Amino acid sequence: MIRGRVWKFGNDIDTDVIIPAKYLRSVDQSVWPKHVLEGIDPEFSSKVKPGDIIVAGKNFGCGSSREQAALAIKWAGVAAVVAESFARIFFRNAINNGLPLIEAKGISGMVDEGDLIEIDLDRGIVKTPRGEVKSAPLPPFLQDILGSGGLVEYYKIHVKQLQK
Amino acid sequence: MGKTAVEKLISDKIGRLVSEGEFVECPVDFAYCHDGTGVLVIEALKRMGVERIRDPENFSIVFDHSVPPYSDQAATLQSRVRRFAREQGVKKFHDMGEGICHQVVPERGYVAPGMVVFGADSHTCTLGCFGLFATGVGATDLAYILATGKTWMKVPEMLRVECRGLLREMVSSKDLILEITRVIGTDGATYKALEFSGEAVRAMSQSSRMTMSNMAVEMGAKTGFIEADEKTAEFLGRDGKRFRTDQDAKPETVEVDASSLEPCVACPGSVANVKPVREVEGAHIDQAFLGSCTNGRYEDLYEAAKILRGRKVREDTRMIVVPASKAVHMRAQRDGLLDIFLEAGAMVGVTGCGPCLGVHMGVIGENEVAISTSNRNFVGRMGARSSSVYLASPQTVAASAVEGKITDPRRFLR
Repeated sequence: MIRGRVWKFGNDIDTDVIIPAKYLRSVDQSVWPKHVLEGIDPEFSSKVKPGDIIVAGKNFGCGSSREQAALAIKWAGVAAVVAESFARIFFRNAINNGLPLIEAKGISGMVDEGDLIEIDLDRGIVKTPRGEVKSAPLPPFLQDILGSGGLVEYYKIHVKQLQK
Repeated sequence: MGKTAVEKLISDKIGRLVSEGEFVECPVDFAYCHDGTGVLVIEALKRMGVERIRDPENFSIVFDHSVPPYSDQAATLQSRVRRFAREQGVKKFHDMGEGICHQVVPERGYVAPGMVVFGADSHTCTLGCFGLFATGVGATDLAYILATGKTWMKVPEMLRVECRGLLREMVSSKDLILEITRVIGTDGATYKALEFSGEAVRAMSQSSRMTMSNMAVEMGAKTGFIEADEKTAEFLGRDGKRFRTDQDAKPETVEVDASSLEPCVACPGSVANVKPVREVEGAHIDQAFLGSCTNGRYEDLYEAAKILRGRKVREDTRMIVVPASKAVHMRAQRDGLLDIFLEAGAMVGVTGCGPCLGVHMGVIGENEVAISTSNRNFVGRMGARSSSVYLASPQTVAASAVEGKITDPRRFLR
């Protein structure tokens, strides 16, 4: 169960606003969370607290394949992203890096910024002050990847063993 | 019930009949990444404990994003990728100056119809126009593919776009794909495979088809499939297994009338915010960019040169031309196109992604406006957060550069 405070965003939040390309070619990766969502809200990285949850509209994470978008969000301490829908590359990148996410149709109308919400990933349920939003839970093998902490860890646990 | 071309292609690869919506583990025939994503691919492989990648023959790295490097840090990261390529025996490694990955990979004939191709860049969907399945993923996904030779995916539903009639003069495949994006929206094809079909697509060059498939991801699609034909084989210098959607597959279909289409632009902020050029004519621009994986090919340069020949880029406007590959650059040079650009007052840059992603080679400043042949006009994409980008065809970009404001290229019809 993930419980946290909501930061609310709109539709089509693209990876260029999540982490502008000018920060990508840095040897020091700790700069990424410092600029997370800077393109929308330059103050966001100083306001977000560990355990907070991002709630967004449709097509969250559209645009480039930059994995730094998922990493910047995760390393900023965000516990999960809930959206009406996700762009597919971002969806994969989040799972692969152990950033929980859940597609919950109708969530935008159910929460305000600052609300406390609860996410049950196994059952695909988001509990808000105004009621529950149900969605299809992730297929079991994706839950496995997420549960392992990401694709690298999943590989070490499941695939590498088989190859030995 | 018939099957779509993509269902048939993936079924063929896996060795059993699969249907849309099914999660499958699929072998990957060819994979590639660039200098930007390459760094994270290497890090992921290291964390996975993979010492040798599985199939260096069918893997390519092309330096295109930060070429030549704009900072010591970018250069340091590139040297890591260069060393990795050498250590792993990646013969299809192309250092800076060869071109954009989505251009170089097909130009070299590394891929063929019927293949499954994954790239660590969102615009890998470009290669779908070669009658293959190609899609973009993140760096960790690509590392997994390099380690195991396969990946998971959901067999996509198809959304077919039937393009009726033929495009008119001064209207290009860029205008067509912008119109399609307007109709479908930025998430209307999420998780789906787009297939572009119809008379207009059959009639257009392979380069024009690349422009179409390139922008599939801007509608959320996994790929932008186009049936392979003789033009496809000619471009690649090879052929493969050709797949086509069965008559009775009856995928969801959108129809677009190509013959009535006019030049259009995607206005700042959203790729789907598309309007006819005539509705925004006269809007001020500071910079015109011709290039990128969307429109940096020979025919794009040729169409722009036809307008710029004997004319000048407006005094208070800059124009930057970046060929999509060295091959394009050399041919444009031989045929005198570069002279036309230079005499017009444009700059010709070194091949690569150029200013498209807003890090170097023509970043735009506070409140500046660019018109660009690239594929994204998100907030701050090409520079300052307050800057804005219009997306358009090479013809519209050239015409606008001459006038210093957004201009319908049909004014230049001779």
